[in-house]
Formats: sequence, structure tokens, C-alpha cells
Amino acid sequence: MNPILTLDQISFSYHSLDGETAALENINFQVMKGEFVAIVGPSGCGKSTLLSLICGLIEPESGTIRVDGASVGYMLQKDHLLEWRTVYDNVTLGLEIQHKLTPENKEKVLKMLKTYGLEHFKRSAPSELSGGMRQRAALIRTLALEPDILLLDEPFSALDYQTRLEVGDDIGSIIRNAGKTAILVTHDLSEAVSMGDRVIILSHRPGTIKKIMPITFEEKGLSPMQRRNTKEFHSYFNQIWKELKGDGEAVGSTSKVSAERETS
Amino acid sequence: MEKLSAAQAKFLLKEKRHKQKVFFLRILILILFIAVWEAAARGGLINDFIFSSPSRIGSLFLTMAKDGSIFYHIGVTLMETVASFLLVTVLGLLLAILLWSNKGISETLEPYLVVLNSLPKSALAPVLIVWLGNNLKTIIVVGIIIAVFGSIITLTTGFLGVDQDKIKLIYTLGGKKKDVLSKVLVPSSIPIIISTMKVNIGLCLVGIIIGEFLAANKGLGYLIIYGSQVFKMDLVMLSIIVLCVLSAILYYFITMLEKKVKKKF
Repeated sequence: MNPILTLDQISFSYHSLDGETAALENINFQVMKGEFVAIVGPSGCGKSTLLSLICGLIEPESGTIRVDGASVGYMLQKDHLLEWRTVYDNVTLGLEIQHKLTPENKEKVLKMLKTYGLEHFKRSAPSELSGGMRQRAALIRTLALEPDILLLDEPFSALDYQTRLEVGDDIGSIIRNAGKTAILVTHDLSEAVSMGDRVIILSHRPGTIKKIMPITFEEKGLSPMQRRNTKEFHSYFNQIWKELKGDGEAVGSTSKVSAERETS
Repeated sequence: MEKLSAAQAKFLLKEKRHKQKVFFLRILILILFIAVWEAAARGGLINDFIFSSPSRIGSLFLTMAKDGSIFYHIGVTLMETVASFLLVTVLGLLLAILLWSNKGISETLEPYLVVLNSLPKSALAPVLIVWLGNNLKTIIVVGIIIAVFGSIITLTTGFLGVDQDKIKLIYTLGGKKKDVLSKVLVPSSIPIIISTMKVNIGLCLVGIIIGEFLAANKGLGYLIIYGSQVFKMDLVMLSIIVLCVLSAILYYFITMLEKKVKKKF
């Protein structure tokens, strides 16, 4: 099977008058169709930059990104629902921009609103939704464009812990059931293990791939929440944690690095 | 409706009393001012030929209302103000969008804008009369230049302050710069656009009066200058009072617009 996405020796730096900051260095990986890849790493390791590159918002300085005839949808860290639009007008924003507001697509969006429990809020203002509902609306906005690859940039980090678990479980299942290819960026290791088929561990800046860890569970088809209750979960969590910890020592274990490690 | 608790009812009553008191005091100040002015003029404390008096202003208003001349002058000033206000709003928005969309242009023009904005624009009015002539066009242009530079600067600053992530959102959805403009930039800047309009309506009126001082044979500014030259202080005072009322009404309209829009944004 051919990979849907290939990153070949990607490097990227940010430039300012004060100098150059290398964000990513020599990143190589492939993603298969229908696969859920989680990317973890300390803050500032270029995780979000990687998604912007895949989405095509920025160009890599060197290396190539091949997206084989697939469209890419990007879900940002915050929901960014536009307050001056109703929930319905927010979820159809992408369709509106791409001039795809056909009756079939409208029907599809209405169906999604129904499936994800937002049907009664379609005429409401975004401020009337709870944090979890807002995130679901943001997901519908992304899914409405029927992307083949879904990029998720810490999509749950703005939620409180309980909602975060629920929405993570919710959205993880939605993506799996829809058979979408997804790349999730997170600094939450348990989130990565509970949702991913593979976890890519990035080093501290400049981000390089330290390890790619396949995640398999004895029992198949577990939801993210169910995965959290297995013994494999804890073993994977510890392995990834050790990988990241080793990183801190490698770069000289400054206090900043260790502080970041604790929050991970 | 739910029944109010005793404490809530008491609170509401207190608030209502307070509002009534403020309203009463406001009216009282106005009445006292008029009464003292009138009494001082009649008692000979002030010379009513120089300071005029409320009764003289009132009777002049009645005379001018009967032959319609006061409404003619109000109409002229109002039309000029509204015209320059609309032009300032459109020009300010268009130029601010241009400056937002092109970093090169905005950085190049910045020092010129700052200088033009801090320049006392009334200094340009005599130049404009020479260039454009002694006519309506000049007056409206004076109204425009007084307000337009400030609004370009305020609007551009507002545009540049729009949440970068919301702009990123539009790009992730496959949008272009024009989508950013119509879907995020303008809607999220509505409050700042309205507050700029609030400032502009007053500034335009200032510009129009300055213009009328210099280059008009009609309008309230003309009446003030004409009145002072021929020592008809009643006419000057009447025009100033009408001007007060006019500016209050114009401001009120923008506030109404703001209330209407605020519900949505």
C-alpha cells in the first residue's frame, strides 16, 4: 500500500532580525491511509510547525512533502468559532470559502450536526455552546470539507481535564469510525497513547525524530477511554516518557527543559 | 414573570430614584443657566447687545423659523457634514484595508500619515480655498481632511490587531486574503469602525464649520461669522445653540447604530 503522506528530509527554521531559530531538522516519516499518528515532544520542538508544513501554510526550507492526491484539513488548538456567525454559519465557513455550499453538502453538515448533538444549536451563537460542543463544532467545520488527512493541533488543550477526556474519546471515535487518516500533535502523552496507532517522539528544538513507536493493543477496536484502562497503556506511557526524559539529559538538562517535562 | 424578592424590588426602586434624581438635576442646571442669563440681561448686569439673552434668541428663532431661513442654513450644514462623514468613512476604510493588505505601502506611508494627522488641518483650509475655490467642494474637503488621517491610523491599527489565529483558520480552510478580509477582518473590526465613526461625526462638523467660516454664504458657520461681523450677537448665539443640538442629534444617531450592531457583534 502506498503511503498517503510522505515527509522526506524536512527542515525548517524561523528567521528574525535577532537570528535564526532552527525548528525542525531532517524529519522523515510516512503515514498510511486510515492511520492515526500522534506526535509528541517538549514545548517548542516544532510540532505545530510540522502541521503548518503538511497543510501547506508554510514551505519547507529543504526536503519534500508528498500528499498523494489527498486533501488536508487542519483543526487548530482553539476552536476559533466566529462569534458574529451562528453555529451553522460557522460549520459551513469552509464550504462557503471554497464555494461548495451545494444542497448535498448542506444536507451533510446538517446530518453531522445531528450526529454530534448540535442540531438544536445550529441557530445559536457560539457563546451559547459548552467547551466540548465548541470543539465538536470546530471538528464539523473541518470535516465538512471532507479532508482525506486530518491534522489536529492539540485540539483539546484549551478544555478542562474532564471535558478533555470526554471530547478526546468522542472525537477520537468519530475520526476512527469515519476511517480518516489523522495526525495529532500533543504534549499529553496519555492522549497520544490513547488515540494513536503510532507515536512519533520529537526531540527538543531543533525537532528531530527520536523514535517512532507503534502502539498495538491485544484487544482491537478500543475507544480512547477504554485504552486508558489497559496494562499496555501504562507500559507505552512509561516507554515514551523515558524517551522524552532521555532527551532532557542529552541537551544538558536545563531547568526549563525539566519544567517542560513535568507538564508533559 | 417571576415574582421579585423584596430585596430586589428595593434595589430596583433605589436605582430608579437615582436615575430620576440625575435627570432632574440635569434639567435644573439648564433651567438655572437660562434663568440667570435672562435675569442678568434684564437687570442690566450684562449688556444684552453683546451677550444676547435667551428671550432675544428665542424670538429671533421664531422669526427665522417663520421665513424658514434657519432651517435652510441647518440643512446646508447638515448636508455638508453628512456628505463629508460618509466620504471619510468610505475613504478611511478603503485606505486602511490597503495599508493592512500591503506591509510595504503601510511602512512607506507611515511617517507621512503621522505628520498629516498631527498637523492642525485648519491650517490647510485657506490653501484649499485658493486651490478649489470659494465653494461647497472646499467645505466638504475641509471636513474630510480633518477626520480622515486619524481614522486611517486607528482603523489600520485595529486591523493589524485582529487575532492571527483566526486569520490562520481562514487559510487552513483554503481561503485567500480576500476571504480573510470579508470573513474575519471586517466583521471583527465592526466595534472599532463604529467608535471611529463616533469620533468622525464630531470632527467632520468641526471641519465643516471651519470651512463655512472661510468659504460660505450659507450654513451655520456662515451665520456665526456674518453675525459677529455685523454685531448681531443674537444670531451668533442662536447658531451656536442650534449647532449644539445638531451635534447631539448626529452623535445620538451613531449611538443608535452602535446599539443595533452590538447585538450582533
